[in-house]
Amino acid sequence: MTLLIAFTLFTLAVFLGLELISKVPATLHTPLMSGSNAISGITLIGALVSAGADHSTLTTVLGFFAVVLATINVVGGFVVTNRMLSMFTKRKKRES
Amino acid sequence: MSRANVIDLGYLVAAVLFIVGLKGLGRPRTAPRGNLMGATGMLIAVLVTLVDQSILSYQFLAIGLAIGIAIGALLALRVQMTSMPELVALFNGFGGGASVLVAASSFIEINELGNSTGQIAVAAAVTSLVGAMTLSGSMIAFGKLQGRLTWNGFRGLPIVRILVALISLAFAVQIGGFQPEGQLSLWLLIAGGFLLGILCAVPIGGADMPVVIALLNALSGVAASTTGFVLDNSLLIIAGSLVGASGLVLTQIMCKAMNRSLLDVLFGAAPSAVDSGDDIYGDQVTSTSAEEIAMLLEIAERVVIVPGYGMAVAQAQHAVRELMQTLQASDIEVSFGIHPVAGRMPGHMNVLLAEAEIDYEHLLDMDQVNPTFKRADVTIVIGANDVVNPAARNDPDSPIAGMPILDVDDSRTVVVVKRSLSPGFAGIANPLFIADNTLLYFSDAREGILEVTKALTES
Repeated sequence: MTLLIAFTLFTLAVFLGLELISKVPATLHTPLMSGSNAISGITLIGALVSAGADHSTLTTVLGFFAVVLATINVVGGFVVTNRMLSMFTKRKKRES
Repeated sequence: MSRANVIDLGYLVAAVLFIVGLKGLGRPRTAPRGNLMGATGMLIAVLVTLVDQSILSYQFLAIGLAIGIAIGALLALRVQMTSMPELVALFNGFGGGASVLVAASSFIEINELGNSTGQIAVAAAVTSLVGAMTLSGSMIAFGKLQGRLTWNGFRGLPIVRILVALISLAFAVQIGGFQPEGQLSLWLLIAGGFLLGILCAVPIGGADMPVVIALLNALSGVAASTTGFVLDNSLLIIAGSLVGASGLVLTQIMCKAMNRSLLDVLFGAAPSAVDSGDDIYGDQVTSTSAEEIAMLLEIAERVVIVPGYGMAVAQAQHAVRELMQTLQASDIEVSFGIHPVAGRMPGHMNVLLAEAEIDYEHLLDMDQVNPTFKRADVTIVIGANDVVNPAARNDPDSPIAGMPILDVDDSRTVVVVKRSLSPGFAGIANPLFIADNTLLYFSDAREGILEVTKALTES
């Protein structure tokens, strides 16, 4: 991937992100934050390659800790978001 | 199809799921599905990565993933809703920290293989700086939210901060431009970023926390995105910048709700401490009792409840629900007025009230609730201070002048539930407390509300 293509992706994704989240009700501010935070744990896939590449002890150790941190970020983020959102919808279901 | 094609295709599917998921998270009805889509995208991305040829040994991956899943799930399932801001701060920090480690590991590997380019070096430098700042900033925010960290910095902090920033920048330039092999420079840069994150977060007080948490969220996305430039990985770039942008939107919303610019929050002078409350208000305060409040509520037709951080601290949300139900049972209309920056993170009050099973139809935004205060017989302010301070509206010299507030003083009677007269976080006197139509009820939020409900049911 050339630098220009990388920058193109970056710029387009930024604009897309700004468009997607222009009007969010306050009720969803926290779940949106924790959910998007879990997505930013995507760095996990880089961590997996670093930890598994067997290049040197140093890079493997760094990669290993990156895997742990990123997995906590990803799993914790999605689970806690799900927990919050189910609180928001719980009452609705009971009434219907 | 080759392995590389499978991986790229998997990443494309994951990117689409992230985009659709993020869009879903913005609407109440689609939010649970949006979250699920994001999680599915992540699962696909991880699975296809595991077939990557450059992964030679899987034992560390399995151990690392298992530890991460166990800790993440445990934290997420056991956390109290009142501690949600801390948890979000912690996760932001972990994301930033992981990005630093990945960037460092890859940078070292690429250098040792002799494949380094200017692009990789610059991206590694930026990731180190941003990621390390996110990590240490989040840790400071975590400590402050837990109430364990009360240190607000020292006199020369702004100057030290500029010095550290300049030194870090020098290391970054060195790595990116002149000496792409510089492993030592990279570690020094990470240390510099870490220190900078501390120096930026330490002076920030509780009332500004919603802005800081939203900003850290954006930064964790930016760090992931720049890691993508190091690894030449399109999915990291896309997902990271999506999160960075959405975090920035949220940060902007929070800043607007406080009428402050982001730079002002981060680098502005911390509000100076003022004298204790008794000196400001003297004996002009009218205090009240649970019985008197119950009598006022009995003859009311419309009641608005305005919660703030004090409700979270006292874990009063369930007591508030009981009060609401008692009032509704006597055909009194109850609604909640929620300021965007009430509490310590964006949407903090909404999460707490949802935990107490209060329907979100009863929760009104600032714009919705403000015109209705004129028709409110009683407004109960529970543990909120600066967001209901009329000085923001009336006093151009006030430090919070121009900040949009909830116009609770428009209602016939305002009851402020507060433990003591200590000034709010911003350290600003609140003329609301000495207004003619304001009654102060000195009590812990939970105890106080329970007392009022008891007095209501007994009468």
